[in-house]
Amino acid sequence: MVDMALSSAAERAAKRRKAQRLNRLTPYMFMAPAAVIMAIALLYPLAYMIWGSFRAWDPSQTIGEAEFVGLKNYVTLWDDPNFRESLSVTLRFAFFVVTFELVIGVGLALLLDRNIRGMSMLRTLFILPMMIAPVVVGLMWRYMYHPTVGTFNRTLEGLGLPTVDWLGQHALMSVIIADIWQWTPFIFILSLAALQSLPRSALEAAKIDGATTWQQIWYIKLPLMMPVLIVTGLLRLIDAFKVLEVILVMTEGGPGLSTEILALRISRTATEFRELGVAAAMSNYLLLLLLALTLGMFAFTRWQEVRAAKVRISAEEDT
Amino acid sequence: MPTIHLDNLIKRYGEVEVLHGIELEIADNEFTVLVGPSGCGKSTTLRMIAGLESVSDGEIWVGGEPVSHLEPKERDLAMVFQDYALYPHMNVAQNISFALRLQRRPKPEIDKKVREVAEVVGLTEFLHRKPGALSGGQRQRVAMARALAKDSGIFLFDEPLSNLDAKLRGQMRAELALMSQRVQKNMIYVTHDQIEAMTLADRIVVMHGGYIQQQGTPEALFKRPVNKFVAGFLGSPPMNFLNGEIEDRDGRAFVVGNGFALALEGEIAAAAKAHSRRSITLGVRPSDLRHDADASPDVALSLDVMVSEYVGAQSVLLCKCGDEKVMVELNSENRIALGQTLSFAVNPRGVHLFDRETEAAIH
Ligand SMILES: Nc1ncnc2c1ncn2[C@@H]1O[C@H](COP(=O)(O)OP(=O)(O)O)[C@@H](O)[C@H]1O
Ligand SMILES: [Mg+2]
Repeated sequence: MVDMALSSAAERAAKRRKAQRLNRLTPYMFMAPAAVIMAIALLYPLAYMIWGSFRAWDPSQTIGEAEFVGLKNYVTLWDDPNFRESLSVTLRFAFFVVTFELVIGVGLALLLDRNIRGMSMLRTLFILPMMIAPVVVGLMWRYMYHPTVGTFNRTLEGLGLPTVDWLGQHALMSVIIADIWQWTPFIFILSLAALQSLPRSALEAAKIDGATTWQQIWYIKLPLMMPVLIVTGLLRLIDAFKVLEVILVMTEGGPGLSTEILALRISRTATEFRELGVAAAMSNYLLLLLLALTLGMFAFTRWQEVRAAKVRISAEEDT
Repeated sequence: MPTIHLDNLIKRYGEVEVLHGIELEIADNEFTVLVGPSGCGKSTTLRMIAGLESVSDGEIWVGGEPVSHLEPKERDLAMVFQDYALYPHMNVAQNISFALRLQRRPKPEIDKKVREVAEVVGLTEFLHRKPGALSGGQRQRVAMARALAKDSGIFLFDEPLSNLDAKLRGQMRAELALMSQRVQKNMIYVTHDQIEAMTLADRIVVMHGGYIQQQGTPEALFKRPVNKFVAGFLGSPPMNFLNGEIEDRDGRAFVVGNGFALALEGEIAAAAKAHSRRSITLGVRPSDLRHDADASPDVALSLDVMVSEYVGAQSVLLCKCGDEKVMVELNSENRIALGQTLSFAVNPRGVHLFDRETEAAIH
């Protein structure tokens, strides 16, 4: 009797342990299909690209036939003035679009952060550009920039002003303006959300302390929005380095190399110049840059969390 | 320091009027407390004085000048908010000195001032901490220090202690009372807590439903409330109310209700006789009832003791008189058995009568 009871108790315990192990494994089992797809869809091409970047590889060859050249593709790129020009165009493009988008987006948010009738309507209008497909944006702006029949030059002519050679002499500027038009709303809505979650009474205290509207913005609003602005800016920067469609449709990188951003250069290297290895090396440089930015962003948010937690702990110790 | 005059002040939010003609005169160096239940318009009044809310009608005069069109920063005032409203990205010293830095005062002067007020509120060790790293009480002190550093003529407080726990609140209340004696300023203090109002105020202004009910010294309001609301709002435990009729028995005025018949004496008897309506409410504070087994029934209430709450030296008895509940404050030395019916003598000077319809005091 006693024996049977004992053995059945042991059995039950074993069963329970088994069930528990199964329980612990469940989440991984659910994740497995996604993980497999990720591995195939993401890691395989990535590995393929890294592998290819060490070879002198022509599209007519399979990757196995291509000659292994070590780091040659990575090194020779720096002697190529076209690559350096393309990199510089990309950096200038990213710098200007992010700077202007931040200034205009935050400025608009500061201006429209008030409760007047019709304001929600206005806010909705402001975020429309962001929702248009990039190819459409490119086409739209190409027609507006058209030297003779485009909206801009016709308007300038109508006003009796000299016309501007938008997509010729000032191609980079024109492309930058189009990107600003499309992506300022992104900064705008995030800034507006940040503004509206600021502590209301701190702003009132600042008013009583004697801060003018500008001083409230400069000393209270902007510093308190800063974490949001940094993350938003980094997100935009990452995006700006990857921009392709709008420029492809508007200028195809020209005239000359004036708007040939890295993404375009990579595609041309692969298709026109038939140097897959070099294109892969270039992609990897871009990837490294984006990786650095992304890691920077994560590091920043993590640092903030840690700091907030530390502050909380020391406050609790005192009470 | 300037005198403040609220002249028929009205506030509307859209169609809704929330303040109906506030009339208030605040003298030099006075500690004025606006007190009333939540939603009665205290904060709105204070924020209009501060310039954070627009004035719908009427005028605010400060030192003889109309100010309702001025921005907050042009009004020479400091304010302590209920949630402290500290600048989260600045440390304590920067919080305290913000107003002075905006005024571009010389650095040595600012440093001196910061050290001075930090000393007053006991924050010297924490000058380099951010508000997030401070406890509730310390944040409260920072808010106080920031207001003090400004050296303005008018000090506004909007429920500054209500986010603190009970013990800290008592302690800060005492410190505030000390501070208000030291710094001679016009202080306007908003609270829903009648104990804070009674202990801090030179003058209490009781508000209810967007109207001022009564104003005066704490003692005056406690002893001679003008209506049932003020009588019931001030004092803890609150005043007991019993419905009754005024009756004339052999030339003496009596209040007769369910389970009692109390003879009135002196002035209040005359006022009751002269009053046109007979239906009244009798008000007696728990502290004006004294256990006296030998009291004659026409100067005493006979109460059924239901519950005794022991709170140290004093006990509060929860009793029943007819169908109404009555509280009695009693020295804990007196042992009272529950369930007894006892006789409690009424202090003749503690008898209040209110017209049952208008709720106005009869005196
Ligand atoms: N911004 C507002 N819009 C509409 N009604 C308001 C607003 N602010 C306050 N009120 C109303 O005004 C009345 C008084 O509010 P308040 O002054 O904050 O009361 P309290 O005495 O609790 O401080 C309340 O009934 C409140 O609902
Ligand atoms: Mg309030």
